[in-house]
Amino acid sequence: MTKWFYKHRFLISRRITQITLMLLYFGANAWGWSILAGNLSASSLLGTIPLADPFAVIQMLAAGALIATNIAIGAVIITLFYMFVGGRAFCSWVCPVNIITDSAAYLRRALGFNRIQKKQPASRSLRYWVFGLSIVLSALIGVAAFEFVSPVAMVHRGIIFGLGFGWAAMVVIFLFDLFVLTNGWCGHICPIGGFYSLIGRLSLIRVRHFEERCTICMKCKEVCPEKDVLFMVGKSSEQVLMGECTNCGRCVEVCDDDALNFSIREFIKETK
Amino acid sequence: MKELENSRRTFLLNSARAVGLAALGGLVWSAYVDEIVASSLTLRPPGALAEEDFLKTCIKCGMCVEACPFDTLTLAKPGDNRPLGTPYFVPREVPCYMCPQIPCVPVCPTNALSEALVSSNGKLDIAKAQMGVAVVDSQNCIAFWGIQCDACYRACPLLGHAITIEYTKNERTGKHAFMKPIVHADICTGCGLCEKACVTEKASIFVLPREVALGKAGDYYIKGWDKNDEKRLENATSEITKTEISKQKAIDSLNDMKGLLDD
Amino acid sequence: MSLSRRDFLKSSAAASAAAAIGMNVPSNLSAAAQSAESGWRWDKAACRFCGTGCGIMMATKDGKIVAVKGDPAAPVNRGLNCIKGYFNAKIMYGADRLKQPLLRMNDKGEFDKKGDFKPVSWQRAFDEMEIHIKKALKASGPEGVGVFASGQYTVMEGYAAQKMMKGGFRSNAFDPNARHCMASAVVGFYQTFGIDEPSGCYDDIELTDTVVTWGSNMAEMHPILWSRVTDRKLSNPEKVKVINMSTYRHRTSDLADIEIIFTPNTDLALWNYIAHEIVFNHPEAIDWDFIKRHIIFTAGPVNIGYGMRREGEKSLASGKYDAKEMEIVQKEMKTIVSEREAPALAPYGYKAGDEMKHTAGTLNHWEISFEEYKKSLEPYTLDYVAKISKGNPDEDIEEFKEKLKTLASYYIEKDRKVVSFWTMGMNQHTRGTWVNTLAYNVHFLLNKQAKPGSGAFSLTGQPSACGTAREVGTFTHRLPADMMVANPAHRKIVENKWNIPEGTINGVGKQHIMAIHRGIEDGLVKFAWVNVCNPYQDSASAKHWIKAAREMDNFIVTSDGYPGISAKVSDLILPSAMIYEKWGAYGNAERRTQHWRQQVLPVGDAMSDIWQWVELSKRFKVKDVWGEWAPSGPRKEALPSVIEKAKAMGYTEDTTMYEILFANETARSYKLDQNDPIQKGYDNTEGYGDSRRVVGSDGKVFDGYGFFIQKYLFEEYAAFTRGHGHDLAPFDVYHKVRGLKWPVVDGKETQWRFNAQYDPYAAKAVKEAGTDNSHAFYGTLAKALPSGNLSGVTDKEKKPLKNKAKIFARPYMDPPEMPDNEYPVWLSTGRVLEHWHSGTMTMRVPELYRAVPEALCYMHPKDADTYGVKQGELCWVESRRGRVKARVETRGRNRPSRGLVFVPWFDESVFINKVCLDATCPMSKQTDYKKCAVKIYKA
Repeated sequence: MTKWFYKHRFLISRRITQITLMLLYFGANAWGWSILAGNLSASSLLGTIPLADPFAVIQMLAAGALIATNIAIGAVIITLFYMFVGGRAFCSWVCPVNIITDSAAYLRRALGFNRIQKKQPASRSLRYWVFGLSIVLSALIGVAAFEFVSPVAMVHRGIIFGLGFGWAAMVVIFLFDLFVLTNGWCGHICPIGGFYSLIGRLSLIRVRHFEERCTICMKCKEVCPEKDVLFMVGKSSEQVLMGECTNCGRCVEVCDDDALNFSIREFIKETK
Repeated sequence: MKELENSRRTFLLNSARAVGLAALGGLVWSAYVDEIVASSLTLRPPGALAEEDFLKTCIKCGMCVEACPFDTLTLAKPGDNRPLGTPYFVPREVPCYMCPQIPCVPVCPTNALSEALVSSNGKLDIAKAQMGVAVVDSQNCIAFWGIQCDACYRACPLLGHAITIEYTKNERTGKHAFMKPIVHADICTGCGLCEKACVTEKASIFVLPREVALGKAGDYYIKGWDKNDEKRLENATSEITKTEISKQKAIDSLNDMKGLLDD
Repeated sequence: MSLSRRDFLKSSAAASAAAAIGMNVPSNLSAAAQSAESGWRWDKAACRFCGTGCGIMMATKDGKIVAVKGDPAAPVNRGLNCIKGYFNAKIMYGADRLKQPLLRMNDKGEFDKKGDFKPVSWQRAFDEMEIHIKKALKASGPEGVGVFASGQYTVMEGYAAQKMMKGGFRSNAFDPNARHCMASAVVGFYQTFGIDEPSGCYDDIELTDTVVTWGSNMAEMHPILWSRVTDRKLSNPEKVKVINMSTYRHRTSDLADIEIIFTPNTDLALWNYIAHEIVFNHPEAIDWDFIKRHIIFTAGPVNIGYGMRREGEKSLASGKYDAKEMEIVQKEMKTIVSEREAPALAPYGYKAGDEMKHTAGTLNHWEISFEEYKKSLEPYTLDYVAKISKGNPDEDIEEFKEKLKTLASYYIEKDRKVVSFWTMGMNQHTRGTWVNTLAYNVHFLLNKQAKPGSGAFSLTGQPSACGTAREVGTFTHRLPADMMVANPAHRKIVENKWNIPEGTINGVGKQHIMAIHRGIEDGLVKFAWVNVCNPYQDSASAKHWIKAAREMDNFIVTSDGYPGISAKVSDLILPSAMIYEKWGAYGNAERRTQHWRQQVLPVGDAMSDIWQWVELSKRFKVKDVWGEWAPSGPRKEALPSVIEKAKAMGYTEDTTMYEILFANETARSYKLDQNDPIQKGYDNTEGYGDSRRVVGSDGKVFDGYGFFIQKYLFEEYAAFTRGHGHDLAPFDVYHKVRGLKWPVVDGKETQWRFNAQYDPYAAKAVKEAGTDNSHAFYGTLAKALPSGNLSGVTDKEKKPLKNKAKIFARPYMDPPEMPDNEYPVWLSTGRVLEHWHSGTMTMRVPELYRAVPEALCYMHPKDADTYGVKQGELCWVESRRGRVKARVETRGRNRPSRGLVFVPWFDESVFINKVCLDATCPMSKQTDYKKCAVKIYKA
């Protein structure tokens, strides 16, 4: 049992973080708590510190909105945090959609869909196109374009303020990930993930691979939602530096050989 | 060389395909967003910017919803057929109770709800709100039948100002008076307490967004009997006018004798 | 409308004459017009709600009422309604209608005061009532059996209840909620005219030049009449003046030319100020010829208390009132004359600081000279009156004085017609009787009473406060048609008519509605039955009465359509047919009697109040109720047995009250007949039983009494009225017209009573007296008086004053509870347009509920700041008696000045009567719901 917990220590921590955040938001709406009010688009921490979704703010800017100081500060705080500390951790530690897509991925593995569908019908770079389009369309139609279709926002708003037909968005993502495209939403389409991939390249917390301990069992690659970032597994000891890594820690957990672990970024690249 | 040309060709084709797909996706996407933000019958919280700016500026965080003590506001959910995630209210369900301290406005992080729009002399003043304007359906309003109702009038927080009663004789009975509710659009905040109170099956007084409900007289005519009307002059400008008859240059129409000498 | 006034009068008279023989109803509007093929039936009825008495038409389809319309032929409303009337079709169909009897029981199925309600049969319900009435009779005699009666009874059920209570049980613990509503007006009428009910009628509105509303928010409480006032104002905006006299700003001010906001209770001073203006500054305005022929001047004692509990009463002695409550209750015994009231009391020999010892309220009065009357008016100078009565602290005193002067000038202006309307503001008043009589004073001095377009007119609150409560006399002290329990001759007339032994009726009628509540708390009243009212929500100091009902050894029964607070505090609940589920009649504020037929069958097993009373009467035999009763409660002498006399009349000891009072030979002569055009095609549940096949009080299916019981009850009652200035038309006539204003003489209704030109009784009296007087105030009560001065009687010899009315010298006095440091705010309660009384019906109409879902606490924004409460948030309203939570409203329909809050009482979750004080007018016993002292703080 203890072993099971150990083997899922990051997964459990992530779920706790995700659920706690949603609970704090929900509590603010339902019971007037003031720890964290609002939602993932913008919130107020302890009633004073503003936080804001930088991607939403960029779209608003493109749409031509006047950005209030508070919201600008909030977006900067969030940007700096992920840029220098967390990397793309938003996707695996905060975003509630992650729970849906992880379950879809789990089921896909368990049912063996990956074996019958080898070829992926889309490229992982799609998200950067969606990201770019979000900005362009926001400028063209004068509203934050992605914010009006974002299933991510539908889900977290739904959890906090009431779902409506938002459950349909959840089901669509789940089915899409299960039957159409492995890691389809988070790994291919979601421009928020794309945005954090771009700004998260420089962050301090990075997974490190120790080639010498690796037995090339490839369990890490199997669970990783962004397989490309683990290109070095079994080949060389180095840090996972690609921005697409979400710091979810699944690779670390599943590795029975201690060949992967979290580390602090080393700015001077080691020689191989 | 040929390989290179081939790969360049592939690259160009791929790029063209990507751009084409992006254009396709972008068109569908923008058409959809355009459609959902075009829902013009949405009532916004007090202090909301003009709809176009509001949609740009609102980050959909729901902090106004959380601040409302009467659960008036909700964030548009999928299925509500309103711009997704934006705050709105349906007065027939829960109207705006016009709290003097307007708790929903100062919490807005983006100023999509602007304190300036609901303040006078630097103090919050809910009577300045322009959430919408009440409109009376005089066909179905039972006060226009002669029924002694005025439930809307008595429910109005700005009673006697936003809604007044027009008294007229009821010639049919010969001894009763009509007491008809008249909405004054310049004062009505659109809180919807009247719509909530209306006793007809479907409300016969209801709140619409101001831009939907109200017409606009041009700024080129000012009421001679109303000093306050002068302020519309601020927006008045002179414009070149064009009608069917004036669309040609003067000299051209002068030189066009077509038909003039016909029998 | 170019109709001149004379034309109007002529056509109005012609119309009423035509109406009396059923001609003015165009055939296409006719009540009988039924369209069988259309699948629905229209029939006329009266609105269920206020005293205005609007005529309506009900559409019935498949045994349910589906729609309503204003009756275009009804003279009061001409097809219009207010929004309560608009929803008459919905009031009977609330989801929680009571459908079967419910009894508090334990698990063994026995009655248990602490048990929960469980359904029982009608038979079981009557078994329990029988047991507990017999128990109460044994413990306390007839005085132990009480009934909370109603101004919303139909005429017939009020009469049936009265008959069983007074003729059967010999109990006078029988008093209607109209006590809370009209009693001060009634005593005012009796004292002034010697007979009850107003002299004018609604036609005054179209004829007058001036409408003064005194403590009456007509705009909300009598909306249809208010629209007539509005029409009158519109017809001549310059000439016609509307003045609103109130303790806070309400919607009636909208139309008013002048709004006078006065301090609670100072209406006494304001009326006296107007009289002072007339007598001292405009003596030429006094019509001395009229006065000398028609009026005498009178005075009475002033130290009459405030109708609260008196020293020595059981519950006071046993400490059921805490020290805070006693601060006010002790004023019933003595007060210290205040600086405010001292000038007004000076003519009576009091000065500030004097101790005034109060005796129990009395109706005594005696004749005085005009000079004495004038002396009593001397203190009411503009300065004094303005000083004590200015009700808005933010108003300039000089402006206020100007308004008072203008008010007086409108009354005084020669040839200006003036109507003074009032409702609860003047009736719910610890000096309610006084202020009612003061109104007539002014009108009499100017000869502006009982004339077309002029008069002081009390607007009734309830739909049949006049028709049932007052005319039938469902009061502790009254018998039908203005007769009195205390008068042996009257008792004899009634006993003869009822065919019961002489001496049956109990001559002590002192158990008015608060006395019944207090009697339950004192343990005297052991059984109480609530009929068509909600006394546990509508009585002030509510906590005491609810505790007494729930925690003492007694048995409370409530007959109701819906589960209100009274039902909740009861031991047994009887599901009752509602208005259009039974044949009935109501009488409105202008003496108009209106009848309707049973439109539909009652819901569930509900049965009418008539049926409930008649079934109860089957359980009591001569030997159970007509024996001797030892002194009890207010009755200090034994009530002798009349069993022997009964036997002499042919009854036996085992004859039931049913056979004597309800199913006698006369009753059986009123035949059920489906060929009778009145009855044809209509249900009569009491007569035939009905298709529901309800299992009745004997465990068998009830299949009817076999005679037209409603017609019998009405005709027997109407016989009392005929020939006594109350004449009602025959039953059948009322089904052909849209109501008639009694007295109906030779088929003609009467618009202005006491006026020889319009009232055949006045004409007759004038003729008999051989004078050429314009009026005859022919009422007979207290029409021989001793004489004296303001201080008392000096000549005990009673002098007759036939056909005369009275002007009373009556001073301003403080109410018993006034704002002080601890409780700094006046509280006034009242109604809102959307809801009727305690809301049992209107709070179940979704549209009305949505319009006004809760009672708000209306206050001035500065007061809200002072007490730290905010618009839209909750506050506590607390008095010495209790507190309730209500939402603060500083904007809304009512705009009190600083120092007063207004809370409506319709909302059971804002139970404001826990806060109110049960002080009453000591003469009329009507509670003052308009003033007590409270504090406000954040909840």
